[in-house]
Amino acid sequence: MTRPLVRPPRKNPILRTRVPNLPPGSRSRVALGLTAAAARGRLELQTCRDCGTVQYPPREACRVCLSQRLEWKVQNGTGELLSETILHHSNELFYRERMPWRLGIVRLDCGPVVVAHLHGDCVRPPSRVRVDANIDRAGQAALVAIPEKDTPNMADDRQLREMTCDPKFRKVLITDAKSPVGQSLVEAIVKAGADLVWAGYAEPWKKPPGFEKLSSVPQVTLVSLDLTDSRAVKNLAGEIGGRVDILINTADHHRNYGITAREGIEVARAEMDINYFGLLRLAQEFAPAMRARGADGQSSAVAWVNLLSIFALSNFPPHGTYSASKAAALSLAQCLRAEFAPAGVRVINVFPGPIDDEWNQALPPPKIAPSRVAGDIVEALRGGAEDVFSGDVAEDWLARWRDNPKVLERELAAMR
Amino acid sequence: MSNAVLSELIAALAGGRIRVVDLTQTLSPDFPQIVLPPEMGQAWPFRIEEASRYDARGPGWYWNNFSCSEHTGTHFDAPIHWISGRHLPDNSTDTIPAKSFIAPACVIDCSREAAADADFLLTVECLRQWERRHGRIPAGSWILMRTDWSKRTDPVAYQNLDETGQHTPGPDTEAVNFLVDERQVLGFGSEAIGTDAGQAFHFKPPYPCHYYMHGSGRFGLQCLTNLDLLPPAGAVVIAAPLKIKDGSGSPLRVLALVPSADSIAKSKEQGKKNSKRTRNVVGKKR
Repeated sequence: MTRPLVRPPRKNPILRTRVPNLPPGSRSRVALGLTAAAARGRLELQTCRDCGTVQYPPREACRVCLSQRLEWKVQNGTGELLSETILHHSNELFYRERMPWRLGIVRLDCGPVVVAHLHGDCVRPPSRVRVDANIDRAGQAALVAIPEKDTPNMADDRQLREMTCDPKFRKVLITDAKSPVGQSLVEAIVKAGADLVWAGYAEPWKKPPGFEKLSSVPQVTLVSLDLTDSRAVKNLAGEIGGRVDILINTADHHRNYGITAREGIEVARAEMDINYFGLLRLAQEFAPAMRARGADGQSSAVAWVNLLSIFALSNFPPHGTYSASKAAALSLAQCLRAEFAPAGVRVINVFPGPIDDEWNQALPPPKIAPSRVAGDIVEALRGGAEDVFSGDVAEDWLARWRDNPKVLERELAAMR
Repeated sequence: MSNAVLSELIAALAGGRIRVVDLTQTLSPDFPQIVLPPEMGQAWPFRIEEASRYDARGPGWYWNNFSCSEHTGTHFDAPIHWISGRHLPDNSTDTIPAKSFIAPACVIDCSREAAADADFLLTVECLRQWERRHGRIPAGSWILMRTDWSKRTDPVAYQNLDETGQHTPGPDTEAVNFLVDERQVLGFGSEAIGTDAGQAFHFKPPYPCHYYMHGSGRFGLQCLTNLDLLPPAGAVVIAAPLKIKDGSGSPLRVLALVPSADSIAKSKEQGKKNSKRTRNVVGKKR
């Protein structure tokens, strides 16, 4: 049974902060299919359309019939642990610094035999396990075998924690804690065991219902932060930037206009100023210190979360300028992910469907509750995903977008 | 002669007989801007982005780009700002005659009343009281309402919002009409975020100070500070907005020329003599 994590001691200031080393990160183009699925928190394996064989590792052709008609299909990952090995030596710096390391060989029920990182609570072989695909610190899919049934404190497993961004005992900045999602998220992150939550707020003279009570939560420190103010972002980064382990950018400016429904560019500019330039300002000021702390002990800098929108994938004309600002933010988040990669800090993009808030008042249900979005963000941090589609509408739009983006464009255009 | 007056002015400034008081708040991103319902067009707050600071972006120099509304920080309201003044001639920042930008100021001290009641309204009676002590409000002068509101350095206290909106002092409708029609003032200046009271949306008409002042070609100054350093009468205000084409207003540096304490005392004596003389003259005419 995993021992529950204890609060890490304060950092010894005379010791050097170690630089992040990463697990092996190069993959063939075809193997990136595994990563693409893991990015969404799924285990997908190649399945032959001709003979039905499920195979691993990924290849160009079916290992049985040589057909090239291979399809990535979701697998539940159940299987039998055949053997285990405890690694005491590796030439890979990442593992060398984390010895000993437990590995196992698992025969998946769907066929293939895989080598997987082995959770401490998996009992000695032969035993039943589940295999997940997690995004590891190199940003690539890594197979992790966990016990078939959940065990107490299993998230605290030392090896698993190297694959997740669990908020437990971490310090978290939530950039806008005033919004409904922001308020729910503060609660959820505190409940998830965060050591400290900095709750950002702009325009202190505007106090939305519920915001005041956040300040009475012992783990919460309110910090003044307006993403449109470069100097304010710089100042806050100067104060707390070196301690932020997880940054969750909830700041969002949302109005519901297309191009002709509103004269002028003021609204569109305000959306861009927070949704796009706000992210850029934050990233310029906070990313450098976080990148330097990718291997800073048990509570290292691990994740940067962007609250985007499903409208980022394809423009929703009734909220046209907002969609454009979120598409810009998505593009910038991809750049941020590339720049964070060498530090092993994961960038998680969250794409909720329409949230049940003031600016979606006129949209029909289903709308996603702010608390559900907050819950999905916490789940993403605890798990191994980097792209989170929150709610049924988001899942549905994503499926349609993956199927044919042009068809979705036409469908959304007809929703005016 | 004009040379002599200006020379005397310069000498008085150099010798400290005339002090320059800065009535301007610092333009900073932290300074609050006016609050309107979120679906309406908004005034941009002051924002500043560094272009270079002796670095790779410009090795030998430091400079910034900034953005703000015409109505950010200490600012001037031109008649065109309000619908009632939209058809007046010379109603925008680029066409107002430059001589309007230098004018005497009457400072009405409402600081005690405003401290007791954030919704305090300046009335005609307050203005008549001031006139009983300092003489008739001269035509073409600024009326500056001193409330010490600028001493509220916490933006939350400065905005003073609750569920029913903003609570800041300002003039009532009758006082505005009195100043416009019976005293022909140049404009009205306030320490709060608007020339109108925080609750003036509910007045008849809404925002009477904006409506009537601008409707008669008068101006506004808001977010002033240091009004407590001015004498009730005798200061001269220099308030020249940026020459923005068709501008409805502009942030600006507002300066007051203030006679030093000695010269105030002298001028008071002089004033008493003058008013006696005036009364005599009037008496004779009768």
